[in-house]
Amino acid sequence: MKAFAQLFLSLDETNKTNEKVKVLKDYFNSVPDTDKMHMLALFTGRKPKRYINSTQIRTWAMEVSNIPDWLFVESYQVVGDLAETMALLMPQKESTNEKNLTQWVAELNGLGNKTEEERKLWLIDSWATLDSQERFVFNKLLTGSFRVGVSQSLVIKALADITKLDAATLTHRIMGNWIPETYTYDQLVQESGASDDISRPYPFFLAYPVQETSDKNKSADEIQGLLGDADQWQAEWKWDGIRAQMIKRDGKIFIWSRGEDLATEKFPELHPFLNELPDGTVLDGEILSFQNGLPMPFNVLQTRIGRKNLSKKILEESPVAVIAYDCLEFKGEDIRDKTQSGRREILESLQADISYPEIFRLSALIDFNSWGELAEIRDQSRAMVAEGVMLKRKSATYQVGRKRGDWWKWKIDPLSVDAVMIYAQKGHGRRADLYTDYTFAVWDGDKLVPFAKAYSGLTDAEINKVDYFIKRNTLEKFGPVRTVKPELVFEIGFEGINRSTRHKSGIALRFPRILRWRHDKPKEEADTIDTLRALLGE
Amino acid sequence: MAKKPLLEFTDRGIYCAQGKFYIDPWKPVDDAVITHAHADHAYWGHKHYLAHNLSREVLLYRLGEIQLQTVEYGEKVMKNGVQVSLFPAGHVIGSAQIRVEYQGEVWVVSGDYKTEDDGISTPFEPVKCHHFISECTFGMPVYQWRSQVEIFEDVNNWWRSNLHNGLATVIVGYSLGKAQRILQNLDLFNGKVYTHGVIENTNEALRRNGVLLNPTERITAESNKDDVRKGIILAPPSSVGTPWMRKFGPYSFGYCSGWMALRGAKRRRAADRGFVLSDHADWDGLISAIDATGCECVYLTHGYTASFTRYLSEIGFNAKEVHTLYGNEEEDAPSQHPPEGEEFENGEVKVSPSGGDLEGAGRAGI
Repeated sequence: MKAFAQLFLSLDETNKTNEKVKVLKDYFNSVPDTDKMHMLALFTGRKPKRYINSTQIRTWAMEVSNIPDWLFVESYQVVGDLAETMALLMPQKESTNEKNLTQWVAELNGLGNKTEEERKLWLIDSWATLDSQERFVFNKLLTGSFRVGVSQSLVIKALADITKLDAATLTHRIMGNWIPETYTYDQLVQESGASDDISRPYPFFLAYPVQETSDKNKSADEIQGLLGDADQWQAEWKWDGIRAQMIKRDGKIFIWSRGEDLATEKFPELHPFLNELPDGTVLDGEILSFQNGLPMPFNVLQTRIGRKNLSKKILEESPVAVIAYDCLEFKGEDIRDKTQSGRREILESLQADISYPEIFRLSALIDFNSWGELAEIRDQSRAMVAEGVMLKRKSATYQVGRKRGDWWKWKIDPLSVDAVMIYAQKGHGRRADLYTDYTFAVWDGDKLVPFAKAYSGLTDAEINKVDYFIKRNTLEKFGPVRTVKPELVFEIGFEGINRSTRHKSGIALRFPRILRWRHDKPKEEADTIDTLRALLGE
Repeated sequence: MAKKPLLEFTDRGIYCAQGKFYIDPWKPVDDAVITHAHADHAYWGHKHYLAHNLSREVLLYRLGEIQLQTVEYGEKVMKNGVQVSLFPAGHVIGSAQIRVEYQGEVWVVSGDYKTEDDGISTPFEPVKCHHFISECTFGMPVYQWRSQVEIFEDVNNWWRSNLHNGLATVIVGYSLGKAQRILQNLDLFNGKVYTHGVIENTNEALRRNGVLLNPTERITAESNKDDVRKGIILAPPSSVGTPWMRKFGPYSFGYCSGWMALRGAKRRRAADRGFVLSDHADWDGLISAIDATGCECVYLTHGYTASFTRYLSEIGFNAKEVHTLYGNEEEDAPSQHPPEGEEFENGEVKVSPSGGDLEGAGRAGI
């Protein structure tokens, strides 16, 4: 655990990419192979089984810390991270131990056949042998919230440097359904033969936003400057569903979401067509809810994500289909190096042979001759229930991760309203102890009704100013939430708006965020609920 | 009518009506008793100042021509029949707690303080009193300091490894207090200590006051960059990220502050290294200091006042949160951002009426 805790600390201590890679390499070079695989599993979101839940950890940590519960809770609000709070509040360690990461994870996994009392004793004993940094990392393991500020691509880069394998190969080899107890480091770094695991997906190729980091969208002329002539490109609608990779190998089917969750059972409607595909086929596309042949807004699909059981009612109300836009494997062969157009032909031929064309749909290519023409077509995105258009270079290979160059997303401008901030709550992580999570309201007569929460969009300097305002203009406190004097006005942007029965305001927004602080607007000039209703189309 | 308390909290500062003087007032008054020379405790514009001897030169340097009387710790000064004396607060060189006595009733104003002996400020001394007005900047149990011996071992190791890796070393701390504490604990076998002008001005003021400090060299336009890169650069928070600092790159920059105890705060400041080093008392320090006064009543000013007051009440203290003094704020310091702050020449910002010294307050370009 010492080496792993030190890894965490060292990664925290630098913002420089090269330094981070060096730290990762030092770690890989200094720990046993099994620890390497456990570290990889953790850094790519593969958590050990949890036999102790957060409530238990919290309760036992409070006992050990010997402070009143309310003070523990307030400390958590200050620190903004439960694992760290617990680590800081516990007494100093009484002894040391030299268990490595593999041994710790094995103990965690061994808790399955222990009683609750035994688990508690094990945990308290473990805490007593760890210093506060080790304890913090150990708590992170326990609570399963493992964010390290290191992207997977950095880990891969370090590993690639050490093993002399290329990054794309390694990225592929750590995809999918493996566990560190059985997948060995030797298997990972063997020279050839990427996959003996038939469920393993390919890394997703992700598009880059046309407007890059700015909020302002680009004109057709600017697109010409950025991408060159329109005839080198194919365009499709940008669908707002669940990005998924669908695999048929050896008579078995697998559906992977972009978050690398195996979601095969969540989408039974797709099984018949997937079973009909030839073995050795991998498709990339978007899963959406459909009604009368038209995609439905994302919030309809959202109602069935996360459900353990798909009731008949849900399957009726929100039936899904897939809009496929790429083919990565055909006849058992990795075809990611073929051109976009080449893969498209194969995709079309596969779809032509299927007996479920309503379920296996093709993402239609948009017919256009110039960027200006496409810009006009793009204005109809909302009517198409799309977020904008996708641009793919006809000669593009299917690459790994978010790469600038061959795949671009050209989203439509967000909808927006001016709203008043009325509640605030402290953030987490690097925003701990700062008020960064806000609730916004619009006018309904002379009342302000909350309609959206937003966390992002302000600069650090602006956050400091808003935080300063909140701390001096608090009307009431409800636990961690403060009611703030309504005064500050912000422009809130969002991708979509829908009616909702779960929200007080009766509406739900898709991807709300702060576009800008309207210093120029007094609160009286913020928008009204009627503005929002108009956007709903009522 | 109830008896008027000896000290009261007004919109100008802590006031003694009987003695007709204020303690650390933030608006101009006739007679001010100053706990220490940090900008949010020693404001400009009072007619008469009383402070500790070792604050003299720094106060004159920072505030210019002022009418200043200074005393030793324990020396008694009478103000309209009220006895005033200063006791060590251990916060920075020359920092004091103010003891006020009238007709057998004793009040003590802590100013800012820490209980660990930093080897350079006169160590904190508990003073028996009936009423104790205490800061609680770090009044949450998550703040528990390691001893400075351990911290400086980390600092010196970090400096050595920077030398080894060809990096310059910049260590950042508040110009009065932290800077000298760092200076006195650096391992000078590693190299020379180079100072930013603001810090060197403060060092010179302290040396005029007879304080013995380790040798330093002021960084000027003529300084040889390569020499400086082989030593260590002692710089104030306001210099972080400025062209002044960047010209010494590539460097590793370490930030010394109590706020570095939390990962989030550390990441916000984007320091290469965060050293948890504070001139304020930690959780245990605060409680032991308050306990040692034997006071009947403790008033909590700047810091996590609400939570700390509640906790003290639960463990049996008669504790009161003071709202009027520093503006009803229990968590001022980590983020505080005075939008209309007034810049001093050295980049420290005058905040009124807000609490906390400006240690690590994280503004000034961080």
